[in-house]
This record gives sequence, structure tokens and C-alpha cells, in this order.
Amino acid sequence: MLKIENLHAELEDDSEVKILKGLSLTINPGEVHAIMGPNGSGKSTLSYVLSGRDGYEVTEGSATLEGADLLDMDPEERAAAGLFLAFQYPVEIPGVGNMTFLRTAVNAQRKARGEEELSAGEFLKIIRAKAKDLQIDADMLKRPVNVGFSGGEKKRNEILQMAMLEPKMCILDETDSGLDVDAMKLVSDGVNALRDAGRSFLVITHYQRLLDHIKPDVVHIMSEGRIIKTGGPELALEVEHNGYADLLAEANA
Amino acid sequence: MMPKAKLKAQKQTRAAELVQPLPEGGAWVTRARDAALARWSDMGAPLKRDEYWKYTDPRALIAEESLQADLLDTGSEAPVFDAFDRVKLVFVDGVFDAAASDALALDGVELELLADATKADLHWAREVFGTLEARAQSPVERPLASFNTAYATQGVLIRVTGTPAKPISLIYRRSAEDADAMLHHVIRVEAGAEVTLLENGPLAARSNTVIEAEIGEGATLHHIRSQGRDHARLSAAHIFVRLSAGAQLKSFTLTVNGALTRNEAQVWLDGADGSAHLAGASVGDGAFHADDTVFVAHNAPGCESRQVYKKVLRHGAVGVFQGKILVDRLAQKTDGYQISQALLLDEDAQFLAKPELEIYADDVKCSHGSTSGEIDSTQLYYLRARGIPDAEAKMLLVLAFLAEALDEIADTELAGDLRDRLEAWLQRHK
Ligand SMILES: Nc1ncnc2c1ncn2[C@@H]1O[C@H](COP(=O)(O)OP(=O)(O)O)[C@@H](O)[C@H]1O
Ligand SMILES: [Mg+2]
Repeated sequence: MLKIENLHAELEDDSEVKILKGLSLTINPGEVHAIMGPNGSGKSTLSYVLSGRDGYEVTEGSATLEGADLLDMDPEERAAAGLFLAFQYPVEIPGVGNMTFLRTAVNAQRKARGEEELSAGEFLKIIRAKAKDLQIDADMLKRPVNVGFSGGEKKRNEILQMAMLEPKMCILDETDSGLDVDAMKLVSDGVNALRDAGRSFLVITHYQRLLDHIKPDVVHIMSEGRIIKTGGPELALEVEHNGYADLLAEANA
Repeated sequence: MMPKAKLKAQKQTRAAELVQPLPEGGAWVTRARDAALARWSDMGAPLKRDEYWKYTDPRALIAEESLQADLLDTGSEAPVFDAFDRVKLVFVDGVFDAAASDALALDGVELELLADATKADLHWAREVFGTLEARAQSPVERPLASFNTAYATQGVLIRVTGTPAKPISLIYRRSAEDADAMLHHVIRVEAGAEVTLLENGPLAARSNTVIEAEIGEGATLHHIRSQGRDHARLSAAHIFVRLSAGAQLKSFTLTVNGALTRNEAQVWLDGADGSAHLAGASVGDGAFHADDTVFVAHNAPGCESRQVYKKVLRHGAVGVFQGKILVDRLAQKTDGYQISQALLLDEDAQFLAKPELEIYADDVKCSHGSTSGEIDSTQLYYLRARGIPDAEAKMLLVLAFLAEALDEIADTELAGDLRDRLEAWLQRHK
């Protein structure tokens, strides 16, 4: 599904700041991978580079989604190709209603893929059902995108977008941060409901606790812009018990 | 800097050059016109060096060289407000066109043409006509408005005694490329009454309009104006409004295209617990200069006012905002808000703002802000990351930027019509 090879990225404005330093990763269809790593190791940058945010310069390496070169596409093309990023910090957009935003996005992607656009009625029916599962009320749908939302509401709203857009490759950047136990359960249930043989996930997280709910197939440890260790779910438990220090020391040895 | 006396002399000389015989009329209007002409002659014509015209050059508004503004072909597009049931009063090149207009009849309203009312020797309008304009000459001078009072022969007088079922719609059409038009409207909304006044269309190659409005106790005036999109048109528009206790004003102006637009508003909250909301959305691409100059005076306690002005500018377009909230010593518990913002779509566009607060009462809540910036790149990325193409995402963000001003229109359907016009304009100016 997603294949990243020897990816190098630096800041566009400051080529001294090298963030990704030869990252490689392959995620097969239906797999859930987790990336864990200390703050500042480049996890969010990886998600930004994959989704096409300005400000980063890829100097080496490649990233493909089902064989298509992601790095050559505009952000909207990547989305239409099936890539989705649940943001660590969802963006507030005053003046744009959440519902309008979602419908515009869903229909833009359908159009880009040559599919028929959803009518207002069809859209409403689908979103009502999905919003209910995530305990997102009508008021939250009407309000401007993420404006005045609590941290947990923002994260649930990201998952709602994911559920509506039905992407193939979902990247979740610290979706667990700022969530209480109940919200964590809602969000995990939302993600698990989307698990499917044709859909893959890359779950970026700091803590093992999210991985109790969303069980990964593969766990990667990231440090200083690279994957330093890859293993099964037990790797996450090791981090939980011992922290990163041992792993980092081992990698640097 | 030029000495004040010398500037004044220059202004008066220029004013004298423009003086002509006053129009014929009955006693009440002749008195008002004489007084207005005296104000004009004394204040003098506006000149570029006036502090009050710091950001906008008034010369074209009074220049005598021949006017020429191409008539915009809007094709099959229906004019703004076309879908709404309303009483239509049509002016062509600034002259009332009875054949194109509805009958001057609407329950709860007395409608009369200025041209008819000025034949009488006595008229209720005398309490308003020229009176509010004269009052608006302080704290700043607005000689163009006095010039209008002196010479305008066209306009409508509207006396609202009830709550009419539909809006009164002033429609401004053009037929000549060189017309120079002046309109003067007077509105009196009697206690407890409520009315909506719509204005739309390009009016003339050059226009000078004045609206004087009195809003009685507990009465409401909704004013929604859509200034025509003809590119080369020049326009100076004034609205002077006095509010009694508990009265409400909601005035919104859409400015799309136009080489020069100066919209002046002066509002007096003279009675307790009044509310005045003034808002504007302007969009300009290229040779566009739009100036909103708005003064709100709080003269009584417990009043609330809002000024919300949004401008979207590109390709050298210039936006100006001069706004002031004046709070009198007596106006305790004033709640005043003023925001002016520009979205610059490229580096050539310019926004000049002079936001001011002048407060003499101690127990008030007033805030103001002015910003100018580009489209937020993080918001744009977020929308694109959800699959919304760049151009569409930008349009959403521009409309979102303008929404705060449009939200000041109470009738959401009328607001929606204007929003659609803005969206169409943005589609054409991608
Ligand atoms: N736009 C940016 N400007 C400056 N530094 C940046 C920028 N983006 C990322 N960095 C730096 O790159 C490193 C990796 O950041 P990030 O990808 O946010 O890490 P993580 O998500 O793993 O905590 C950090 O040292 C961060 O300061
Ligand atoms: Mg991060």
C-alpha cells in the first residue's frame, strides 16, 4: 500500500535543519503499523511530507501509494488517491461550516476519481449515522470547522472526516493525545470500525495505551529521522516499561 | 505642510467654481438648499491635502472633465435581489423612471419622490432633509454631502408608520456612459415601525448620494446596499442616521469593482439602548479603490454598536477604512466594537486603515482591531489535504473571511443572494 524508501527531508527555508534522514517503511494492504518515538524525532514531519505540506524539501528517497509517486502530487491529489492524515493539531477554520467543509471534501474527491457526487440528502444521511457513532452532535456539524471544539472534539472530528472520506491509507498523528479514557474508546472504535483488508493504517503515538485499543501488526521505533527498530506489538510494551533510552542506546551502539 | 488658512482659501475657491443656480422649489426646500450651499461655500471643496481625505483622492469626485465609464454587460445574469418580492423604484442615470417602477404604494409606508415634495412649501421632510447632513459636518467636514443637499433634485422620501410586508428597493440603472447623478433620500421610521431598504445598481458614471434617516423609538431600519460593478464608475455615498431610544440600525454595503468608491457613514445613538450595526464587504481586482469612512457617536447610555468591514483585494486594488467610535461622557455602559480586515490576494494590493476610539465615559466596553494579511497557509493546506482543490479551497477561505460582514444582515436569504454574487465574482477572478 504505502512504500517509503530512504526518505530524506529538510526544512525548505533552512537546509541545515535535516529532519528525515533515510526513513524506510513498507505497509501492506490491511496492515496496521505504529510509529513510536521521542518528541522531535520527526514523526509529524513524516506525516506532513507524505500529505504534501509546504515548507519541507525532500532531498532523497521516494514514497509511493499503490505504486503512484506521492511526492509528485498536490495535497488534494494525494487525498483523492486515498491518503488521509488525522492531524496532531487539527486546524480551525472560522467561517466555514463543518458540514459544508465535509461535503465539499467528499464531493471533490469523488469528482477527482470520476465518481458521481453525493446529493445533499444522501450526504446528510451518511454523515448523521457516522457522527452518531462518534457522539458528534448536530451542533458540532453546524459549527465552523474545529472552532471552539475541545481537544477531544477535534480528534473525534478528524475521525469523522476519515470515516466520511473512506481513504485507503490512514495516518493518525498522535490522535490519542489530549483524550480522556472515554474519548479514547470512541476514537479507537471509530478507527477499528474502518479496519478492512483493503485499508492500511499508520498510527503515530507516544504511548502504548492507544495500541491497547488499536492493535498494530508492526511497531516501528523512530529516532532522529529514521526507523531504528521494527518489531511486533511487544516492542510497544518494551517502550512502555523501559522508555526509549535503552532502544536508543542500542541503536547508537 | 501647507498653512491651514491657505488650504481653506484653495478649498473655497474650488467650491466657488462649482456653484450654480439652485434648483427651483417650495419654501422648505429652498431654505434647506440655501443653507447647504452656504455650508459648501464656507467649508470649500474637498482637496487631496485634507486630512480627512488622506487615503482617497477626492478630485475625480468633483472634477469637471468629461466623465466616461463603460456600461458593464452582465449578460443574462439576474440583478441582485431580483428573486425577492419588493416595491421597486427605478432610477436611470439618477432620474426616476416611473414606467419601470412599481406604484408608490405600500401598506405602512408613505412613499414620495423628492421632485414632488420639493414643490410644496411645507413638508414633514424638512425636519430631516439637510438637517442630519448639517449635523454630520462635525467633527469632520463632508462638503460633498452639502453639495448634494443643495443641488440634488432626485430621490425618495420614505415615512414608515408600520411594518410593511416587503422591502423598498431602489434600483439604479445606467443608460449613458457619461451621466453625473445626485440622489438624496430621506427616511423616517416612526416609533415601533420596521422597514428594509434595498439599493442596488451602478447609478451613473459618477454619483453622489445622501441618505438621511431618522429612526424613532424602538423602530428598526435595515439597509442593504449593493453598489454596481461597473469598473470605471466613481461614487461618493453618504448615510447619516439618528437613532432614538431603543432604535436599531443594520446597514450593510457590498462594493464590487468601481474605480473609486467613498462610503461615508455617520450614526448618532441619541437615545438609550439603541443599537447600530454597520458592515461592508468589498472585493476589488485591479483599478479599484474602496474607502469606508464610518463614524459612530454614542450619545446616550446603554447603546451597542458594531462596525465590521472586510475587503478582498488583488492586482493593485486599494482598500481604505477610517472608522471611529466616539463615546460621549453621558454614554455609560456603551458596548462598541469595530473590526476592519483586508485579505490581500497578492503583494500589489494595499489596505490603509485608521481605526480610532474616542471615549469620554468611564464605564464602557469598546474594542477595535484592524488586520491585513494573506490567505492562511495552514488552513489552505488542511482543506487541500482533505481533497479540496487549491482554487476551491481558496474560495472557501475568502468567503469565510467575508462571512463575518455578511452575517450582519438580518435576513439570511438576502445575505445568501449577496454571498452568491461574491462567489460568482471570485469564480470570475480566480
Ligand atoms: N516548520 C518547522 N520549523 C522548524 N523546525 C521544524 C519544523 N518542522 C519540524 N521541525 C523540527 O524538526 C524536528 C522534528 O519535528 P516533528 O516532526 O514535529 O517531531 P515529532 O512529531 O516526532 O515530535 C523537531 O526538532 C522540530 O523542531
Ligand atoms: Mg508530532
